[in-house]
Amino acid sequence: MGEIILTMEGIDKTFPGVHALDKVSMDVRRGEVHALMGENGAGKSTLMKVLTGIYQKDAGTIVFEGREVRFASPREAQSAGIVIVHQELNMMGHLTVAQNIFIGREPRHGLLIDDASMNEEAAKLFAQLGIEIDPRETMSQLTVGKQQMCEIAKAISHEAKVIVFDEPSAALTDTEIDQLFRIIRDLRDRQYGIVYISHRMDEIKRITDRVTVMRDGQTVGTLVTAECTKDDIIHMMVGRVIFEEPKTQSRVPADAPVVLRVEHLNAGRMVRDVSFTLRKGEILGFSGLMGAGRTETARALFGADAKDSGDIYIDGEKVNIHSPKDAVRAGIGYLSEDRKRYGVVLKKNICENSTLACLQNYVKHGSLIDGEAERKVTQRMVDALKTKTPGVDQLVMNLSGGNQQKVVVAKWLISNSKILIFDEPTRGIDVGAKQEIYELMNRLVQEGKSIIMISSEMPEILRMSDRIIVMCEGKKTAEFDVSTATQEKIMNAATREIAV
Amino acid sequence: MTGSKKKTILQAVGVQRLVIIGVLVILFTFFCLVSASFRKYTTLITMASYMYYTMLMAIGVTFPLITGGVDLSIGTGLVCYSIVGSYLMRQMGLPIGVAMAVTVGMGILFGFFNGVIVAKLDLPPFITTLCTMMIVRGLGSILTNGMTGVWPMAGQEGSWVRDLLRYKIGDVTYPVGMVIILFLVLVMSVVLNHTRVGRYIIAIGSNKEALKLSGVNVARWHIMAYVISGFFAGLAAIAYACTFTSITPGTGAGLELDAIGGAIIGGTAMTGGSGSIVGTFLGVCLISLLKTGLPNIGLQANWQQIITGGILIVAVTIDMARRRK
Repeated sequence: MGEIILTMEGIDKTFPGVHALDKVSMDVRRGEVHALMGENGAGKSTLMKVLTGIYQKDAGTIVFEGREVRFASPREAQSAGIVIVHQELNMMGHLTVAQNIFIGREPRHGLLIDDASMNEEAAKLFAQLGIEIDPRETMSQLTVGKQQMCEIAKAISHEAKVIVFDEPSAALTDTEIDQLFRIIRDLRDRQYGIVYISHRMDEIKRITDRVTVMRDGQTVGTLVTAECTKDDIIHMMVGRVIFEEPKTQSRVPADAPVVLRVEHLNAGRMVRDVSFTLRKGEILGFSGLMGAGRTETARALFGADAKDSGDIYIDGEKVNIHSPKDAVRAGIGYLSEDRKRYGVVLKKNICENSTLACLQNYVKHGSLIDGEAERKVTQRMVDALKTKTPGVDQLVMNLSGGNQQKVVVAKWLISNSKILIFDEPTRGIDVGAKQEIYELMNRLVQEGKSIIMISSEMPEILRMSDRIIVMCEGKKTAEFDVSTATQEKIMNAATREIAV
Repeated sequence: MTGSKKKTILQAVGVQRLVIIGVLVILFTFFCLVSASFRKYTTLITMASYMYYTMLMAIGVTFPLITGGVDLSIGTGLVCYSIVGSYLMRQMGLPIGVAMAVTVGMGILFGFFNGVIVAKLDLPPFITTLCTMMIVRGLGSILTNGMTGVWPMAGQEGSWVRDLLRYKIGDVTYPVGMVIILFLVLVMSVVLNHTRVGRYIIAIGSNKEALKLSGVNVARWHIMAYVISGFFAGLAAIAYACTFTSITPGTGAGLELDAIGGAIIGGTAMTGGSGSIVGTFLGVCLISLLKTGLPNIGLQANWQQIITGGILIVAVTIDMARRRK
């Protein structure tokens, strides 16, 4: 490890309603791989976006190579020598590898672009990295792993001194990861400063020299990787005080009937052999990090995505669910994490939204919509769920997040769903309204509904769930009764090394 | 491709283009065998005349298409610009050189107008150019008081402009315009593949955000795509004026569809990011061949439309299938 090349001190960033970064500090040395860890929403990406000029900080200082810097755009950060290899690759698939690497700074002969020397330069870069990629290959023809190598080559060609990798291994195969690590070690030996964001605990141990942990927008601390254990890191990641009282034990009677049984569900890469049961009146929490396969499991169960294999039993009877229509008929309702895209029709009123899933029950004279009946049932729901609105004719876009969520709940209650899947039920909902959504969920299970709740918020999981399932990389890695669950245990299962 | 490794002819020309060449040869042979009237030299000259202005529009519109946009204003634009050119010569007595410059200049101006609205105001290209299409349709009539456009006829002063496309020696007409077209195909292929304009226009169609993150002034190059399209609409206006004896104000709607159709048959994707000028050339050849050949075997205009539409669907389906692989 060399001298410090980059210091971030007291970085503060507030978005409307969220204090995303609260006096965060971190430094990077030449010739080190520095891991940045933390739960989803801890502020890692925001910090890196501030560093690379995508966001502007509200307070704090960034010192790079001994001088204070303030980047107004990614371009400025790039030319100073700080580049980021994004998780979602920013590539122009129709252009060749070399054309991508040199985009915006093509060597030219007069008016014509000198593709030949571009290809040569790119070939040199790849030779330096010890990778075999033909610079003339069209970018879209490469595997994700190779595309990432091209991004790294691009970073080096910018004469970068600090390279940030944002979850680089998420989409790679094991061989590609090995190759990536070889390159990263090589870059480290050549005195680059490297920031490595990842959730994979085994990788942190394999590749990084130091690790900085963030939680809730603050830095918790920095450790030397060789001197700490996985438990140390996890403890730092989750070691918060939970203010809301977690459930101490399940409220579901032991003899409550099983309403849903899922056996060996497989769907693509993200859902691998997932089995679980749901009892009447139970809130079953699904915990895990982003990309663990929870939403994908819910979507496959709901018929929104195709299943590869697996059986679903409702009230002990096997059901075939091939589309959301089948799922709704079987009594399942899904409340998407992306409410505005998949949950409500923003520019329609509460009435129209509420009966959307079972409009066939509200027609008269053959095909005309029975407005009267529609309004009646909607009004009943608005009263029952205490939706705050001047009337059922109000457009959904004018409601607050919490009240929009209630409209989605109303939609599924009206269509007689017995099983409700809440995917991130309180995302984008303010604290007061959160409380109301929790109360609503508790009331629903008391009335005999059953709930699957997907949540990335640990306090929410521990407060609401009767039982908790943890997923990691498409697999179910643990199941706890709430009485035995702790933050550490859950995080441990969520970041488990996958032995392949 | 400078310095690239050796490619087979198949790879260099591209499968889709080879298919079109094959279809062209088969259709041409078929029309020749079936129809005695098609076999005549004059038929080929008629076909070439139709091709000139369609080809020019098509070369230009390939650029907005590659950005993932479209330019619908070139058809009515062409008529508007050539009528204004005619007005300058006949009513104001200006020399033909000025008329030609204004005709092309108007094309560039409206191309720039389209480009600014699309690139700076972020309006959908379809809507933007649809509006421009209506604006120029009305504008041509207003500027010239609804006069029919006429460009210099044989024997009149300035008629040399017609000779640029069809040169007559004795009784024989030579389609010399094809030389100009082939030259422009070559030049614009180089522009598309070996200059920054072309490279960034492809990049815009491929991934505009990535280009922006690379620090490129995206709006500037995005506007250029429409300027090129407008410039070629201006050239097409001259070719159109030299092909017909008179130009009626307010017409021209629909001409752009042949050009866009040709580009798409030639492998330019409506989704942006890929396309070639040679492909566009071949696509327009195919459309022109159908347009000339079908009446000669007794199929009327309506059938041409149906067949052209069908071919477009087939071409796009093949293209999509290839892309999904």
